[in-house]
Amino acid sequence: MTPAAAASVSGASVVARGWGWRHAGRRGWAVDGLDLRIEPGERVLLLGASGAGKSTLLHALAGVLGGDEEGEQRGQLLVNGAEPTAARGQAGLLLQDPDSQVILARVGDDVAFGCENLGVPREEIWRRVHDALDMVGLDLPLSHPTSALSGGQKQRLALAGVLAMRPGLLLLDEPTANLDPAGVLDVRDSVARVLEHSEATFIVIEHRVAIWQSLVNRVIVLDAAGGVLADGHPDDVLSLQGDRLAAAGVWVPGRGSGLTVPRRETRPASLSTSVPGSEPLLRTPGLAIARTRTDFVARDIDLTVHAGTALALTGPNGAGKSTLALTLAGLLKPAGGAVLAGPELADGADAEPIRWKSRQLLTRIGTVFQDPEHQFVAATVRAELAVGPRALNQPGPAITARVDQVLQRLRLDHLAEANPFTLSGGEKRRLSVGTVLATRPRLLVLDEPTFGQDLRTWREIVALLDELLREGTAVVAVSHDTDFVAALGDREYHLTGQAGPGVTSRAAVSR
Amino acid sequence: MSVLTPARGPQAIFRINPVAKLAATLLLAGVLILTIDWVSASVALACEFVLFCWAGLSLKTFALRTLPVWIAAPTAGLTTLLYGQAAGQVYWSFGLVNVTEGSLELAIATTLRILAIGLPSVVLFVTVDPTDLADGLAQVVRLPARFVLGGLAGLRLVGLFLEDWRALELARRARGIADRGALRRLLSQAFALLVLSIRRGSKLATAMEARGFGAPVRRTWARPSTFRGREFALVGLGLAVALLSVGVSVATGSWNFVLT
Repeated sequence: MTPAAAASVSGASVVARGWGWRHAGRRGWAVDGLDLRIEPGERVLLLGASGAGKSTLLHALAGVLGGDEEGEQRGQLLVNGAEPTAARGQAGLLLQDPDSQVILARVGDDVAFGCENLGVPREEIWRRVHDALDMVGLDLPLSHPTSALSGGQKQRLALAGVLAMRPGLLLLDEPTANLDPAGVLDVRDSVARVLEHSEATFIVIEHRVAIWQSLVNRVIVLDAAGGVLADGHPDDVLSLQGDRLAAAGVWVPGRGSGLTVPRRETRPASLSTSVPGSEPLLRTPGLAIARTRTDFVARDIDLTVHAGTALALTGPNGAGKSTLALTLAGLLKPAGGAVLAGPELADGADAEPIRWKSRQLLTRIGTVFQDPEHQFVAATVRAELAVGPRALNQPGPAITARVDQVLQRLRLDHLAEANPFTLSGGEKRRLSVGTVLATRPRLLVLDEPTFGQDLRTWREIVALLDELLREGTAVVAVSHDTDFVAALGDREYHLTGQAGPGVTSRAAVSR
Repeated sequence: MSVLTPARGPQAIFRINPVAKLAATLLLAGVLILTIDWVSASVALACEFVLFCWAGLSLKTFALRTLPVWIAAPTAGLTTLLYGQAAGQVYWSFGLVNVTEGSLELAIATTLRILAIGLPSVVLFVTVDPTDLADGLAQVVRLPARFVLGGLAGLRLVGLFLEDWRALELARRARGIADRGALRRLLSQAFALLVLSIRRGSKLATAMEARGFGAPVRRTWARPSTFRGREFALVGLGLAVALLSVGVSVATGSWNFVLT
């Protein structure tokens, strides 16, 4: 490692004077009336409610907001006294989605990409590539295919690509929101190492404050109404503005989720059936799962799913949690053993959910995918919610009534005519849950329902699922999120990825 | 190993600039499509089979990768045989089907021609790394870097599209709309994939811009792409094969220019 190389760049200053930006075709300003001064070398955590324009500011500082056709600017935003677009490469931006930041097919080439664009001489490029990879701790051959990297590795690769450009301003836009806990730590540690050896000015957006708190010396909170809400030392801002920040969806350390989930009665055999010790909704004798026909992920999975209880599927990346969830949901064929629905769930249909018709799934098992966009099929939120009821051939008035009910319950009524793809991350997540609720399935299967969500959406999802559980719906959820598992999971099934997985039984957590 | 990062071997063929492979293939194809006769194609094919021995492919890989060509060529030939322009003696006739002396000759010529053009194209391109090709197109052919690198980066998204497609399929079953209207569902699913891919594309564009792509600076290249002796040799070989096949064809009087 050559810390000296990274340190050779001095930090950039940031100045905003009455700065504002409005995206083309929007009525409101994404950011407005912003007055700000960040000195060279400062380490800043940028907070604010979703919609406060944090990402817009970072994109603007990186000079990638686009020209006049992309939107309208007022006031002044300067990096080192100049327009950000004038000095490309001065600011390095790391984005949220690991998949869309890999540019080339091989590790070395990908890191070199930024240097090439900035016209760095060839020998110097490769020197920088080695330095940057060392710095982020990616110990891989330069010819390693980028497609074989995990999410955390991809983020560290993108960080290396940014570092190789030797930016005076390092911008991170929720760099760990899409990563599993191990990946979050890897990325955080890489950034910590970089900051130790660098004088670059550092700005990070993240609503899970605890990750970055120890690395920053200033917190700036943007106001959704424009301007700055709070600005100062992390401890001061977090203690003075804690309530307000928590209400705005920021995870303030030491405050928990701010949501109390009262203890549920978790008798596996719920009162809904008269037979004592009644049958589970779903059981999986000797189940083996596979992504493709030959690619076995796990075997000998013996699970039961009971009405009114929540089962959390946990484990490291690649252990097969999603595959297991999709298999339980009747979407993927078991590679061995079987998924068997009890008579209560099957309700006259075949015992194996994979044999059910697509329409039969609707009232029995509802699946919420990890990426909400994969399950959207209609042009408006209202139509999206009506898809399920319509497939069941329900009468028109009944559909309208049910859709209105779900719209209200998920606070999406003001967006009824909006296109699902234009919603914010949290709204998309709520809608994807709503599409499933519309047909009242007995069992709900969710894949990472709280991934990348701010605290507000998190609380809403947990409260909603708790309500459904009390009504007797069964929930199976894949989750990395320990808070989520603690709040809802009656039982946890841990997939290890190698050895035999096991069930940990636990009481409902109440705090 | 994937299409984007193919195996790199020790043989010379892997080190030859992809631009030379492209040029040699285009040259050969350009000449061979000028005539439809079995002589020129046979001569080219014979030369090619000798050259394939140095192509760096095992017999198994060769067979597997060129399989589509082996299927396409006789199929095209058969079609020509049955429905091609009738001339000379009629061997067999049934409805529209007319097997004649002329169509038989044409069928053989067509089959050989597709093999003669298709086989070397596949053989040369199996060993092409897309990154090297892009480097070559930008540095040797001097195509605009924006265009070439944009295409190269976009190529990487293809793998993601396959995953998207699978997820879309499962999601449609989960949404209760996978029972009926297969064609309509396919269209709507294709449209959904289009929407997703545009979004992925614009995200990728932002990421590239954030790394200085399109900066008003003269771009440098981390990987040099050179066009030297062995590249000229390969293009020369392509030209030699082309000229030889034309020469033999003209000499034997079987040259049959397509536009006459």
